[in-house]
Amino acid sequence: MSEPINIDPILEWPVFGLSQEEKSQWLLVALKNLTNWHDKRCPEYHSVLSKIKNAENMDSISDLPFLPVRLFKSQKLLSIPYSDVIKIMTSSGTSGQNVSQIFLDKKTSSMQVKILSKIVSSFIGPQRLPMLVIDCRATIVNRFKFSARTAGILGFSIFGHDVEFALDDDMTINLDRVSRFLEKYTDQDILLFGFTFIVWQHWIRYLEDVSIKVPIRNGILMHGGGWKQLQSQAVSPNEFKYRLKSVSEISRIHNYYGMVEQTGSIFIECEEGNLHTSSWSEIIIRNPTDFKVMPKGGVGLIQLLSVIPHSYPGHSLLSEDEGEIIGVDGCSCGRLGTYFRVYGRIQNAEVRGCSDTYSR
Amino acid sequence: MSNKAKYDQIFIDSFSVTADQLNDKFVYQCVPAWDSVGHMGMIAALEDAFGIMMETEDIIEFGSYTIGIEKLSKYGIEI
Repeated sequence: MSEPINIDPILEWPVFGLSQEEKSQWLLVALKNLTNWHDKRCPEYHSVLSKIKNAENMDSISDLPFLPVRLFKSQKLLSIPYSDVIKIMTSSGTSGQNVSQIFLDKKTSSMQVKILSKIVSSFIGPQRLPMLVIDCRATIVNRFKFSARTAGILGFSIFGHDVEFALDDDMTINLDRVSRFLEKYTDQDILLFGFTFIVWQHWIRYLEDVSIKVPIRNGILMHGGGWKQLQSQAVSPNEFKYRLKSVSEISRIHNYYGMVEQTGSIFIECEEGNLHTSSWSEIIIRNPTDFKVMPKGGVGLIQLLSVIPHSYPGHSLLSEDEGEIIGVDGCSCGRLGTYFRVYGRIQNAEVRGCSDTYSR
Repeated sequence: MSNKAKYDQIFIDSFSVTADQLNDKFVYQCVPAWDSVGHMGMIAALEDAFGIMMETEDIIEFGSYTIGIEKLSKYGIEI
């Protein structure tokens, strides 16, 4: 059985260097191949496609069929023999909620880590940096409770060395340990990583409460995992950045957006505050009532496309997140591709996502 | 201790295996302890033991006991 696409040239694509015209042609070929691959190998996907008229008629990326992301909670969707599964990723989910199950084979898992690595390296550089995790070590100790937080910290640790944890297991900052770490690396960039809500609650708010400043001028913070709990506290992305700068003098702050159903295909916020699609991903905004493509400037549901999913039909997914396309190829940060903003979960969607792995 | 002995000991300690299990069939995820957590622990131990810092790409490609030997030679460590 032949592979749907040869992934090697795909991995050679420049991370943010393809013009929209070129990118959309290449993506259309890769994504059509994936659609056909999953159609032939995943019976459930085939049955969905057979109900869609003109599934063959795919002239542009927006013609590609998409699955609602919550389908992965009720269905086990695979396009490979079960014996080829090397890892099952599950979305976070609190009790009473179903979790998504994503089945990975070697190829998909390898593409995830390679593409993630290319995207992140393009922001922080090719060298591994000393890494301070704004979380506690206990989060990664229990391998059987492999939460989204665990996966995020581990996934990002490949970009760090001398990984240190800023918080004790009771989630308070260990100022001695943090100071010792920072003293070791005064002259070089430090990678800081944490979940948005945890950085907010246990770093920014804590330092404000105890009136202590921990300056990390050479820090680059990557944070993600949703704003829902912050939105309920009415904290905007700008306020988050401003207050983090006040307590820690960190100015390089990058939020990231992505979902476990498309691991590896992450979107990182640039210096201008926009999330960027890489060469390997695209987003489309759809009207939540009729699912029609919305023009630039319209706020609607985010559809995510990724060339990575090979072992499961997750290359074109309709999320329950609301967002807006700000532009294409024109961001003043210089990166090509679609750039956008995410405004959170649509009303009445069930609560899910990384930040919910931790509720106070 | 020779480089080979150090290299083997790190595998034995990181993955709770015996020396006779270490051959070209000893690959990522062949034992439960060699998961992503175990992998990063092993890499950190190798970096400490040999005083090197590996590139992200080499950590990703470090998929077996045998490939690891090739990867370390890139950093001037002959096993």
